[in-house]
Amino acid sequence: MSLNTLTASVLRERLHAKKATPEALRADLKKRFTAVEEKVRAFARPPDFKAPADRAEGPLRDIPVVIKDNICSLGEAVECCSKILQGFVAPYDATVVTKLKEAGAFVQGKANMDEFAFGSSCETSCLYPTRNPWDLQRVPGGSSGGSAACVAADEAVMALGSDTGGSIRQPASFCGVVGMKPTYGRVSRYGLIAFASSLDQIGPLTKDVRDNALFLSAIAGPDERDATSADRTVPDYAKILGRDVKGLRVGLPREYLIKGMDMEVRAALDEAIALLKGHGVTFFDVSLPHTEYAVATYYIVATAEASSNLARFDGVQYGLRRPDPSNKEDGALVAMYKKTRGEGFGAEAKRRIILGTYVLSSGYYEAYYGRALKVRTLIRRDFDKVFAGCDLIVTPTSPTPAFRLGEKMEDPLAMYLSDIYTISANLAGLPALSVPCGMTKSGLPVGMQILARPFDEEGIYRLAHFYEQKTPWHTLKPKL
Amino acid sequence: MPISKEEVRHIAHLARLGLTSGEIEHFQGQLEGILAYIDKLKSLNVEGIEPTAHALDIKDVLRPDVRRPCLEIDKVLRIAPQREGAFYKVPRVIE
Repeated sequence: MSLNTLTASVLRERLHAKKATPEALRADLKKRFTAVEEKVRAFARPPDFKAPADRAEGPLRDIPVVIKDNICSLGEAVECCSKILQGFVAPYDATVVTKLKEAGAFVQGKANMDEFAFGSSCETSCLYPTRNPWDLQRVPGGSSGGSAACVAADEAVMALGSDTGGSIRQPASFCGVVGMKPTYGRVSRYGLIAFASSLDQIGPLTKDVRDNALFLSAIAGPDERDATSADRTVPDYAKILGRDVKGLRVGLPREYLIKGMDMEVRAALDEAIALLKGHGVTFFDVSLPHTEYAVATYYIVATAEASSNLARFDGVQYGLRRPDPSNKEDGALVAMYKKTRGEGFGAEAKRRIILGTYVLSSGYYEAYYGRALKVRTLIRRDFDKVFAGCDLIVTPTSPTPAFRLGEKMEDPLAMYLSDIYTISANLAGLPALSVPCGMTKSGLPVGMQILARPFDEEGIYRLAHFYEQKTPWHTLKPKL
Repeated sequence: MPISKEEVRHIAHLARLGLTSGEIEHFQGQLEGILAYIDKLKSLNVEGIEPTAHALDIKDVLRPDVRRPCLEIDKVLRIAPQREGAFYKVPRVIE
């Protein structure tokens, strides 16, 4: 079996036992890239497959990792798949990159994404859309679509993504891999190009739950360079794997059973629940009454923060610069800002900057932004109440399996609504993971989302790993 | 909630975003749709509810006030579109 198809934990065993070499692993990844990348287009730029300069002794020694194109890696291009950052080379390593290097891993390459992580389909990348390895006519999800697709297509062992409203979990679900959005503050964001600072988290996308736990253990923890990173010790997540699930109490939010939920998604989830019930997990209905307001709240908070974060892309410090002598109204500097940003940002980025600026603007601030922050409190309280009576919450990750390329591009609201199950975890700061839980008749993966209290990633891994061990979904591979 | 082209143009100016007239028209329609959707928040009573800017409690993080190296100016300015010496160069601001 080619080495590129194996998980990091299996590869570590083989490398350690000298049954495989780092060179052979890189050669197999290169071979796979050459064979399938033209179809999948998961990478933002072709990796060079060179050996890393030197690597530390650690739990991920010699394991290549693909990172999303919004995470800085010293000396390498990082463009957020946006024209406005073309040619930008990172002057330092993100903390997650420093940590993965300390664990012995190295950066294999950069994954394609929706521009500035604005999207749910990977179609807003200024480069090209990534395709779903299970059906090339469909999207891989987004915004970490390239990260999910390269792991699913065995072009990568594991990958990092970022999740502001579902951008790790939804593509993990569409591509049949495991994706974790850790608790807000669990992983440092130093070196992540910010989208919405009160929502963004970096997290791992992997072929199975064990790899996910290993990877999160390596990158989590406080960081003096990120004032929002939580000052808490990080458990060794792998230690929870293999624990029994008998007696776990799991809530099923009745508000999530919406009209738009695909019947096959519903059936897959029901089957997963039945299996877990058979092993002693107790399921009961819970209520998150403000769920129907989550998407609206999110698109106010996230775009407001994005419009502020993206103000820094103005042609002064980095990236594109376009002077505009034809603009006589504004003065040379403002004319340059406008032209640079008008040319540099794609349609979705512009749409979000306008919406975010609008909800923050004088006269509308209280009505939109102020109100959304209060509704955010209500959404958070819903979870506090539910978690007083249960250990975990289970939902589908997405109401549908992967949709077709182009299907939602002209209807931004329909695209936003595809994140309906994932957005609340970001608003409430909770950890949440997507694990494969079935296949549709037409061969598309379905994902189950597991949410927990803040900082209880262990509880999530415990249930996800147990479920994974009883089911075949994570072992299935797309035919490419 | 209806939003006029003039409003879209004004917002774009505030955001320093140059838009073509075609884009303004396109976004005007889409924004109306999105605003109509997010207006559903107005049906909730939020009186007396504290706003949440951050989901989890965060506190000020202080480090010892000790001098240490930061990024080198040259490395940072090397990625600037235009520089002069140790400065960013921008179009003339004061006429």
